[in-house]
This record gives sequence, structure tokens and C-alpha cells, in this order.
Amino acid sequence: MTMTHLPIFVIAAAASGAMAGGRLLDQVPMARNFFVGVFEWFGDLGLFCVRLIRAAITPPYEFGELVRQCDAIGSKSLPLVALAGAATGVVLSLQTRDSLVRFGAKAFLPAVIVFSIIKESGPIITGLIVSGRIGAGIGAELGSMKVTEQIDAMEASAVDPYKFLVATRVMACVLMVPLLTVVSNFCGILMGWVANPLSEPISLRLFLEHGFKTMEFTDYIPPIVKTTVFGLTIGIVSCFQGIRTRGGTEGVGRSATSSVVLSSLFVILADVMLVRLIMMIWG
Amino acid sequence: MKGNGSEIPIQIADLQKSFGEQKVLKGISLQVKSGETVAVLGRSGGGKSVLLKLIIGLQTPDGGSIQVAGKDITKLDEPQLNEVRKRVGFLFQQAALYDSLTVEDNVAFPLSRHTKLSNEERSKRVHELLADVGMDRDLGKMPSEISGGMQKRVGLARALALDPEILLFDEPTAGLDPITAAEIGDLIINLKRKRKMSAVVVTHDVHGANAYSDRLVLLHEGSIAAEGSFDDLQSSQDEFVKQFFSYSSR
Repeated sequence: MTMTHLPIFVIAAAASGAMAGGRLLDQVPMARNFFVGVFEWFGDLGLFCVRLIRAAITPPYEFGELVRQCDAIGSKSLPLVALAGAATGVVLSLQTRDSLVRFGAKAFLPAVIVFSIIKESGPIITGLIVSGRIGAGIGAELGSMKVTEQIDAMEASAVDPYKFLVATRVMACVLMVPLLTVVSNFCGILMGWVANPLSEPISLRLFLEHGFKTMEFTDYIPPIVKTTVFGLTIGIVSCFQGIRTRGGTEGVGRSATSSVVLSSLFVILADVMLVRLIMMIWG
Repeated sequence: MKGNGSEIPIQIADLQKSFGEQKVLKGISLQVKSGETVAVLGRSGGGKSVLLKLIIGLQTPDGGSIQVAGKDITKLDEPQLNEVRKRVGFLFQQAALYDSLTVEDNVAFPLSRHTKLSNEERSKRVHELLADVGMDRDLGKMPSEISGGMQKRVGLARALALDPEILLFDEPTAGLDPITAAEIGDLIINLKRKRKMSAVVVTHDVHGANAYSDRLVLLHEGSIAAEGSFDDLQSSQDEFVKQFFSYSSR
């Protein structure tokens, strides 16, 4: 049992009430295997990260492959991220307007849209979309390379797969997720403005002026930190799941699925932890 | 022989490898001399492919030593091991071509990483290597667009790209029709004549092995059951050797 099964295990145990009464003992080996699996997973992840750091900081650097991965991860995710950002902007604008009108705070609508998109909606939506699109892609690609011995062939050719395959993908995620978030934010704010004039026209200039009036430089730092961490999380988790694939085609499918599930899970966890941390640092 | 090559390019002593409870290799000792081709035979799951992966450092042994090109690879760190790997070519069982690269780019991959050839020189070298294996007309094709036999030829060209002094073949004729298998066998014989490399060939094909190897080694239950020429093994009185050869002749 691996990390992928964590939510399923918890829900199943709670729903069946199996942990109670005489059936408790039946669950002991299962629970033990589960915890051993979890510790093993984190241990392997630690070793993977050490090898990744070593590969990333020592020359030669694979700039050509990094650019190719930035293109694959960045430009090819752009339409989906832009669409999701735009949809968020529209929904936020229409729903928030209704609430603000009730409290007589309609004038705050641009600021609410800009604040919510830049500080939370933009980063988390981009993070989840990239973990879905890119996480599955990386997990399946590296998994397929692993089971068809392509990674072994690379190693046999004296090319470090951690340098060529892993470090480049993780770096590309770290670089591209913040940039994709900027695109998502832009589309969200723009569509938030477009949705607003449907009921009450306002010029774009005025909308932006009101929206960004209270934003300060320090407001931009937390989203940048968050999105960088999201990129790092998605890159590491999906590469790790891909490169430890076992068991042929079925294993590749499992790696692709677990890459998406785990990277999304860790993006959400990172978001929760970073919000707390950021509030402690920046107030 | 190039560089500081040894008279015995591969020297294995008391090699042990287990996977969990299962002991795959139980203290194997083997030497491959310069220019010699050794065929390793045995039943499926008998540790033949593991032996090749240990020789090139893709797996770590539990015990024993593996000297490749004069270096004990069990004691080397990753950069040192990579230096040894540059002197060894490996043809994988399923060729293991990079499926996102064309035939040409697959063969160019090790050259672009380990040599300072210009694009023109590299392209010329790739053409030469592919011509040697009869694949110079399929440069732009993707691995999925060519047959299994053709993939093995390209894999062989890639394995030869850095002009290695040692070649390792993992089931070079497995899954191929008899004609293509014979063609791959002929390629190995030609390579042997032309390049005078040392080679280890893991195979089930006893008669093919007889054609291209100088010596045969038969693995059984993690140990060497018999070693010698085709005739030596064929006339062996060992029960397993007799059984293996009789089934192979059917």
C-alpha cells in the first residue's frame, strides 16, 4: 500500500467502522503494512531528492532539454490555464457582486476580484490544473521510459537520467508555474471586468485603478513563493512517481494516476501550510 | 585496444546478487579476454540479464568484484562509473530506443553528450554507424515506425556510437524471425571481425551462439553449470547441460 491509498484507507476505515471492536486486530497487519509503505515512500522520496539536487547543481547542465521542457510544460498548458483563469474571473465577479450589493459594498468589487485572484484563486487553480495536465504527462512518460528500459539505456550511455530527465522537468515546473499563474491572473481579472459591465458598466482603467489601489509590493511576494513551491511539488512528485514505475503498462497507468492524485494533494497541503507561514511572516 | 584497456577487459569474481529471498547469482566467476566473445546461456529467469546489468553498473551486487576495462566498478562513484560506461556498449533486449527521438537522433544521443563533434561530423558518423547495420535509409523514422529487428539494428548502432571496447548483448535475437535473427547474428560476426571488441552475449539461441562466440557459459540456478566450446558442452555428461542442449536442438 502506498501514499496513493492514504485518502481511500482513511475514508474506508471510517465508513466501515472496522477499526472498532473485535475487528481491530484484523486490521493490525494492514495498518502496519500501510505505515511501513508510507515511511518507505517518504524515505525513497528523500533519497530521490538528494540525487536530484546533486544532478541539478553539478555540470554539465542540460539547457537544451530545459528549454524543450519549458515549452512542453509552459506553452502547451497555456490555453487551459488561461481558460480556467478566465472562468474563475467571471464566476467570482458575478457571485461576489451579488453579495457585495447586499452589504452595500459594491464599490469594493474590483479590489475583491483582484485580491482573491492574485492571492489565492490564481495560484491554486493554476497549481491544480498543472498537476492534472503535467503531473499525468510526466508520470506516464517517465513510467513508460522506465518499463521499456529507456532510462537504463540512458544510464548505460553514461548520461545521468536524473540530470537529463528529472532535473530539467522539475526546473521547468518551477519556472513555468509562476508564469502560468500570471497568465491565469491576467485572464481572471480581465474577465472579471468583462463580466461586471454586463450589469453595471465601468471602464477597464477605473476597474484596475480601484482593484490595485490597495495592493502593495508585499502582496505579490506570497503568491510568487506559493506558485514556485507548487511547481517544485508537482515536478518532484510526478518525476518520482514516474521513475519508480514497476509492472509494465498497468504500472504506467498507476504512475500517471498517482502522479496526479499525489501532486494535487501536496499542492493543496502546501497551500494550507504556506498560507499559515506567509501570515506569520508578512502578517 | 584503446586507452588503458586491459588484456582481460571483463573479470568477475565471486559475484553474488539476490532479490529479496531469491538468490539469482551465487558466486559467479568469469573472465572475458580481449577480442573474445562469450555467450551466456541458461534458462529464463536464471540471472543472465542481471549479470549484464551488473557488468555495466545498472545494478549493485551483494558481493564479489567486477573489473571492467581494468576498473573495479563496485568501488566507483557515479562520475567514475560513467567514464567506464563510455567504453562499454549495451544492446538491450527490446532495443530500448528513445521513443520520442528519431532513428538518427537515437544514434546521435551519446555522441552529442560525450563528444565534441560538430553537427556535420556527428551527422556523418551517425550515417556511417547506421550504414554498418543497414539502417541508413530510415534516419527520420520514429522507433514505433520500424520493426523489432530494425529497432535492434538501430540499438546496435547506438551501442557502437562511442566506439566501445566492450559490447554487451541482451538477447539480441529474441522475438525475431529466423532470417532476421540470422542477420543480427551475422552483424555480430562482422563486428567481431571488423572491430575486435570483447563481447558478452546473453542468449537462448544455442546454435546462433555457436556461430558468433568463442566460448559458451551455461548458467543454472545462479551458478556456472558448464563452460567451454560448443563441442565441449554438447559432449558434457552433466544432466542439466545434456537436457539444455537436447531441448535446444528440437
